[in-house]
Amino acid sequence: MNQHAKAISFVLNGSKTEMLVQTHENLVELLGRLDLYGARESCGQGLCGCCTVIVDDVAVSGCLYPAAFVDGKTITTIEHLDHDVQLSPVQQAFIEEGAFQCGFCTSGFILMTHKLLEQKPMPTDEEIRDYLAGNLCRCAAYPEIINAVKSAATKMART
Amino acid sequence: MTIHKPMPAGQVGRSLPRLESREKVTGRADYVHNIRLPGMLIAKVARSTVAHGRIVSIDTSAARQVEGVFAVYTGEDIRKIIPEPYYGPAFHDQPILALGKVRHVGEPVAVALARDAHAAEQAAQLVEVVYEELPAVFDEVEAMDSKAIVHDVLKPAGTFPDLKHLHGKKNTNIALDFHLRRGDVDKAFAGAAHLFEHEFHTQQVMHTPLEPMVSLAEPTRDGLTIHTSSQSPSFVRIEIARLLGWPENRVQVKVPYLGGGFGAKLYIKLEALVAALALLTRRPVKWSLTMEEQFYTISKHATTFRIKSAVDAAGKITGRSCAVYWNGGAYADIGPRVTQKSGFTAPGPYDIENVAIESYSLYTNRPPAGALRGFGIPQLVWAYESHTDLIARELNIDPVEFRRMNILREGRPQATGTAMKDAAIDLVLEKLAERMNWSAPFDRGGGTVRRGRGVGIGFKASISPTTSVAFVNIYADGSCALYMSTVDMGQGSDTAMAQIVAEVLQVQAESVRVIHPDTDVTPYDMATLGSRSTFHMGNAVKLAAEDAKQKLEAMARSVGVPEGSNLETREIFKKKYGMQAGNVMGVGSYIPGYKSPDSVSGMSDNITPFWMIGGTGVEIEVDTETGHVKLTKLVNAADMGRPLNPRIVETQLSGAAIMQLGFTMFENMEFDAGQVTNASFADYKIPGIHDIPPAIENHIVLAEQGGGPFGAKGVGESATFGVSPAIANAIHDAVGVRLTDLPLTAESVLRAIRLKAGNPIGD
Repeated sequence: MNQHAKAISFVLNGSKTEMLVQTHENLVELLGRLDLYGARESCGQGLCGCCTVIVDDVAVSGCLYPAAFVDGKTITTIEHLDHDVQLSPVQQAFIEEGAFQCGFCTSGFILMTHKLLEQKPMPTDEEIRDYLAGNLCRCAAYPEIINAVKSAATKMART
Repeated sequence: MTIHKPMPAGQVGRSLPRLESREKVTGRADYVHNIRLPGMLIAKVARSTVAHGRIVSIDTSAARQVEGVFAVYTGEDIRKIIPEPYYGPAFHDQPILALGKVRHVGEPVAVALARDAHAAEQAAQLVEVVYEELPAVFDEVEAMDSKAIVHDVLKPAGTFPDLKHLHGKKNTNIALDFHLRRGDVDKAFAGAAHLFEHEFHTQQVMHTPLEPMVSLAEPTRDGLTIHTSSQSPSFVRIEIARLLGWPENRVQVKVPYLGGGFGAKLYIKLEALVAALALLTRRPVKWSLTMEEQFYTISKHATTFRIKSAVDAAGKITGRSCAVYWNGGAYADIGPRVTQKSGFTAPGPYDIENVAIESYSLYTNRPPAGALRGFGIPQLVWAYESHTDLIARELNIDPVEFRRMNILREGRPQATGTAMKDAAIDLVLEKLAERMNWSAPFDRGGGTVRRGRGVGIGFKASISPTTSVAFVNIYADGSCALYMSTVDMGQGSDTAMAQIVAEVLQVQAESVRVIHPDTDVTPYDMATLGSRSTFHMGNAVKLAAEDAKQKLEAMARSVGVPEGSNLETREIFKKKYGMQAGNVMGVGSYIPGYKSPDSVSGMSDNITPFWMIGGTGVEIEVDTETGHVKLTKLVNAADMGRPLNPRIVETQLSGAAIMQLGFTMFENMEFDAGQVTNASFADYKIPGIHDIPPAIENHIVLAEQGGGPFGAKGVGESATFGVSPAIANAIHDAVGVRLTDLPLTAESVLRAIRLKAGNPIGD
């Protein structure tokens, strides 16, 4: 760490965390230093959604988000969804519908689906497509992803 | 586990979810991307800015002064570790870092190392290189007789038996030329009732796996461990050992999950540089490409295909000549195999008596091209199925009926002379016709929205002769593990192979542990490519499981367990060793038969152990005012024998078709003087969720592959084959214009519509 390092504190997946960060460091790099690899840099331009992280309830592209900006904020990553050992209904639905192949983009799709279902508990196909338009899947599991979102919505409506 | 018990509900044919599902939905799946080692250095490369040039000087002094930089190296430094630093699966033509000359924009010239990626990147940007530019060649047809010669010397690799004839042509850009002659095509043309001749082009595109290529090498006591996102760990080990002059056992290659591969991560890519750097620095070195850098590393061949057919008065194709030019870019990679393996299927899945094929693998000054989901087949199907449709239209024969009249049926010889076996081409065609409701009236739209439909069908031979080896280890408590070097890059191989083990050993597939590729532990496999794993590794795994079962049965007999006993496996081990101890190790090794094509005629009576068949039908709407094409229905059908896991197979079909949809409708690497001007997702569009048609159907035709494990064969590529021509044929059907170049953008559709209307759009 050099003279550009900044001390920050934030809540990460429910735990208070303090880190020294570089001004040029992005959120994916910071999470990597904390051994969280579920948010992944792929396109490096905020266009693919592989690096999705929830910061203060907003989904952000971790590859474009300066690490120093999370000072005082609350971060949720994919690794937090099963903190009570149970998979979330969205995660279960993704497994049941086979909504992934290589899995590299899956964290982003699942986090975005959680955000979508918070806002629209029973989304239409068009609403699903619109909300997930910023996430890319090169294996093209899109038909299964749409099914998984609908299945998760049904699961959550039942509980 | 028990032996001699009735089978549990069939393990093969079950649609169980992927074994690693939980890891993938929790963000905890293992990728090379995740690995960070103590003392690790990050590598960033400086890349060529010219397409073809002599290196006059490289100045690394400014780069070395960047704070935190550990070292900056050039090609000459690599030579201290590897005196002949050229690699490649077909030719040893690719330098680890450029030596003397650069052959494409983006070629690695120097490398900077630092603990911090940002410092390494800054340093790489400060490397100053002076080039003396040379004339460059970019087009595959021009490369045939260009004065610009990409390689002065050619060094065939001699690694693979199917490429043993490879020598290249000195003072040309031809890496491989494949020729096939069957019957007398000139006579057929002379006597034809109708002659048709067309030229088609495909564009250069990139795989863009969302996990960009990444490799990490760490020095060990007496060797190297390489963690790499590779589809071919065994090849990496052999090639690194060859470069270093070491025995294989000093190189360990480990591969966790891959975040997509599609052919981009085959043979050897980043591994040679990280290996050399780890030995130079005695530190672990990791090199991760950016999305942009991937475009300069490997791509799919652009092609030109000239096809000519003779048709008799009854509508039977009597002769066909094919000349295919493959734009291989600056380094051959596996282009020569693409040229030959795909080349011999260039006339398509039709029964044609007289055939002539020329297929040329050409060097140019573009980024290298290799295998991409189909090994060249989609480029060929694009041409021959567009051509087929044009002939049918010209002769006023229904396109499906014309295919029926000419299709290559079971037992008939393919162009090479190999008789078709277990190739349900006709079933795939009929399934498409049925699901497209082909014989029913079709709504053609009206006004500015015109509707059309089209089909395309293709076939592919397997890569042969190639070897797979597997171990099945039964532990003393009766649990078991499968050791194999097949790489799970999303296609579901871990799950499918576990199902094979489970079927043989009569256990639940979920209980089989699959050990990921680690060349210190898992045995040889040629590579995870060309949809070969299900058939080749599937057979090896089945043999290994059967071997383990027989050995366990022999052990049971040796301790006096009566035949047909229900004694649990753990009890057999206890009887043998007096406690929970010992192993039973089953070994399986598989290589199918193969006969190389004759060097003059190109003929062979055993060209492939199995055929892959795939077809696609589409319905589309064309907006005649904008040229915009909207896909309303996509039907894929394939023969993959008996599916091991039908659910995963269906997603392979739809995933392959959607990927090919991108290559058909919009993906295109654009160039300016050899530089890719759209090398990022900001400018290079891949299919997103809005590009998925409202109706997708995936059909597995009922078939069985003889010699395949439980009747199965590969499927990862089959649904790519027919997509592009099906859409072009549908556009023709809708608005009467024919596009011969991919991609089929709205602009090119509109230009064609306006040209036909006598109102062309200016440039």
